[in-house]
Amino acid sequence: MNTAKTKQQPEVLEAVVIRFVGDSGDGMQLTGTQFSDTSAMFGNDIATFPNYPSEIRAPQGSLYGVSGFQVHIGSVEVSTPGDNLDLLVAMNPAGLKTNLYAVKSGHTIIVDSDAFTKKNLEKAQYKTNPLEDGSLDNYRVIEVSMTRLTKEALKNVEGLDNKSITRSKNMFSLGMVYWMYDRSIEHTIEFFNKKFKKKPQIIEANTKVLNAGYFYAETLELIPNSYTISPAKMEAGTYRIIMGNTATAWGLLAAAEKSGLELFLGSYPITPATDILHELVKHKHFGVKAFQAEDEIAGITSAIGASFAGDLAITTTSGPGLALKGEALGLAMMIELPLVVVDVQRGGPSTGLPTKTEQSDLLQAMYGRNGESPVIVIAASTPANCFDFAFEAAKLALEHMTPVVLLTDGYIANGSAPWKIKSISEMPEIKNNLVNQITENWHPYNRDEETLARNWAIPGTKGFEHRIGGLEKDSITGNISYEPENHEKMTKIRAEKVERVKNVIPKLKTEFADSGDLLVIGWGGTYGSLHSAVKQLSDNGYKNIGYAHFNYINPLPRNTKEILSKFKKLLFVN
Amino acid sequence: METAVQKYTFKDFTSDQEVRWCPGCDDYVILRSMQKALPEMGVKREDVVFISGIGCSSRFPYYMNTYGMHSIHGRAPGIASGVKLANPNLSVWVMTGDGDAMAIGGNHFIHVLRRNIDLNIILFNNEIYGLTKGQFSPTSLVGQKTKSSPYGNTQPPFSPGELALGANARFFARIGGNVPKEMSQIFIEAHKFKGTSLVEVLQNCVIFNDGCFSKFTDKTVKADKQIFLEHGKPMIFGKERNKGLILNGLKLEVVTIGENGITQEDLLVHNAKVKDPTLHQMLVRLEYPIATGIIRSFDDVTLEERENALTEEVKANSKFTKTDDLFFSGETYEVK
Ligand SMILES: Cc1ncc(C[n+]2csc(CCOP(=O)(O)OP(=O)(O)O)c2C)c(N)n1
Ligand code: SF4
Repeated sequence: MNTAKTKQQPEVLEAVVIRFVGDSGDGMQLTGTQFSDTSAMFGNDIATFPNYPSEIRAPQGSLYGVSGFQVHIGSVEVSTPGDNLDLLVAMNPAGLKTNLYAVKSGHTIIVDSDAFTKKNLEKAQYKTNPLEDGSLDNYRVIEVSMTRLTKEALKNVEGLDNKSITRSKNMFSLGMVYWMYDRSIEHTIEFFNKKFKKKPQIIEANTKVLNAGYFYAETLELIPNSYTISPAKMEAGTYRIIMGNTATAWGLLAAAEKSGLELFLGSYPITPATDILHELVKHKHFGVKAFQAEDEIAGITSAIGASFAGDLAITTTSGPGLALKGEALGLAMMIELPLVVVDVQRGGPSTGLPTKTEQSDLLQAMYGRNGESPVIVIAASTPANCFDFAFEAAKLALEHMTPVVLLTDGYIANGSAPWKIKSISEMPEIKNNLVNQITENWHPYNRDEETLARNWAIPGTKGFEHRIGGLEKDSITGNISYEPENHEKMTKIRAEKVERVKNVIPKLKTEFADSGDLLVIGWGGTYGSLHSAVKQLSDNGYKNIGYAHFNYINPLPRNTKEILSKFKKLLFVN
Repeated sequence: METAVQKYTFKDFTSDQEVRWCPGCDDYVILRSMQKALPEMGVKREDVVFISGIGCSSRFPYYMNTYGMHSIHGRAPGIASGVKLANPNLSVWVMTGDGDAMAIGGNHFIHVLRRNIDLNIILFNNEIYGLTKGQFSPTSLVGQKTKSSPYGNTQPPFSPGELALGANARFFARIGGNVPKEMSQIFIEAHKFKGTSLVEVLQNCVIFNDGCFSKFTDKTVKADKQIFLEHGKPMIFGKERNKGLILNGLKLEVVTIGENGITQEDLLVHNAKVKDPTLHQMLVRLEYPIATGIIRSFDDVTLEERENALTEEVKANSKFTKTDDLFFSGETYEVK
């Protein structure tokens, strides 16, 4: 092996977008995560997004069986996984066909030429071989006989079956990309050693193939230069790469610890929210009670029961699940109990596009209940701030005695980014409205004067026995009341209670400009895309365009009107 | 360590709310039986929670001077499960109707039984929808004329007991709606049972389905038409106490003591505590005499016990005690 060859000075880039695609069995998610983790540890800012088929085992080589993982790395702040690709790694024709549209003209495509067989081309519905018919002339195509080279590299490794051999070819492509972007392969080798501790021949095989890819790229004259992306300027601290759904789960764990309450999760699996359940069930050591119910309705009702009994109660779901929870959410609003409902939005309507993302449940979250039924609605905007908003959702629910809907979406929930780890000591206090000392004239609907939160008397507390329910209740005693004046009063109190949350949430701030011609407005998971679009304009000299992003939706920040009135035109992008 | 439970009377469990059921409704009997049973159970008032769905029966919690929630139609089992899992010290009761439990709430009803959380479910079966003024329910009989079946109901019914045993209910009892003393006793037994207990009350709705059970429950026919089962006792019934049940092949058969050489020793002895529900199923299905009392009471591990054991085990083996331990574990890196 030619190790003597010295590397030429790599070209320095600000940011690149790379997408790894292949058949769902090709290990593209792993390849992508390894590359992004390595880059993060090198000091880059990163944003990633996996894209996988909704079929569990789509036929091999088919167009709808393509699985992909996109990584955006930068020495500058990176706020989205990116749109246009600097590099596409396609392990088969179907992957090439479905992703070519995103590659910037003149940029690089690496393919496993061994996979471009007659059969695979047919499956990808290619009439002619794109590697031969000139259709890729606008790109720099690097054809590598990856399957063959992988087999070659593993010739002398004992005890490997054919399947394990071909499966490790993803590491060949990863090795090549490491070389191209001047990354060390050490992190990935360490990963093999940990992950396959009990299977030494798999460690050996993967390491060999990774090295083979790395050295192949180095030797290969087809890759004339390589690139590097310098570390980004990031706040000093301890970081980890976190996925949005994990961050949400951890924010809830932090809130439970901070509030001194036990965490109860009632949930029913649904993509893309399920990973929050998967994460929380692991943490029995923190006393988490995670209950997989028979459906979404039992998910939320069990949480309501747990809340009645004094736990920090959570239910997690996605679009169609939120539809089913509507009636119970109305009950929680009516009986004024704290409850966090996490809705990880996906493409709708109905079952819609389960594994694809769409920010499509805003109106459902706001209004998807009978009668006047106000709840707090907030939205996270990045994988990392899912942590903060999950914590905030719990804090608002407990302090204001009301359900809070937290909206995230498949894009930020499955995407990952660096997260500067927050220790529990850095998190704000969480108060609660629990009562334990009987006062004269105690009623379950006694309220805090400032927040209008009612007091929370939980079963087991002597002297506070009371009944609540979904029927309208007298504003003082809580007894059933159908009096029109009382209903009007209660309707107003419930609305006012949510409205007063304005007093405690942060004011809206604009970015890039605080007055001018145009204010671009967004909410939730579109933050990254909108922020970078406005930044581009701003960098190009448009100094009178501002950007306002809403994380607090009901109620809106108290200075919203003031901010909006400082711009001539408003552009709301969803 | 347990502080002695104060001595209560039924009045301590009576709330200040005016009871609004139709005069003559069996719901009053159920209410009174519960208020009388609770002082016998030795639970503190503040530890008792009644959760209901929607229906006439579901107004129940308002009338009890305990903790309670009148929730939404069919969903009480979910809420009650959450209450119990959050605080296993509580005595949690689900008050539900046949429509509430088996129509809209059918899914929750079977799953709560399957899991065996330590809850008590009182099913007010009146074979009709009361609160919505008289439509047929999942227990209404074929041919029954109701507001929504003017020419006779065409939907065959569920038998609550069979459905429950099919869902692996460990405790099932049935009782007439007009026998407060026996009812209180059964409520006490349901309370004592560790696991989900289901009590079906044959509840007369005087307005929309009057007399639906009178052929078994009328004082005059009761002794001949019902068999009251007690664990360990022979299956004997009748005004003269001379009728009983034997197993003939795969069928229960009514026999008369003194006829065909039958003596009391030949009668089946009731065993509510066996795991195999075969005989319990037969008893539940029996049309003459209908079986009342505690038909099944099989002790089994509860969901809370399983959960607690698992939590203790995970806690003992975990290096995490606070969230910081988790957040800073695994792959982290420093930015300087
Ligand atoms: C979601 C929903 N659907 C329908 C209703 C109307 N509803 C109220 S009670 C009831 C039936 C109650 O029947 P049952 O459970 O047998 O109780 P009963 O009134 O006979 O005690 C119905 C259909 C409702 N309240 N909510
Ligand atoms: S309608 Fe029937 S069940 Fe309802 S209160 Fe009246 S008698 Fe009782």
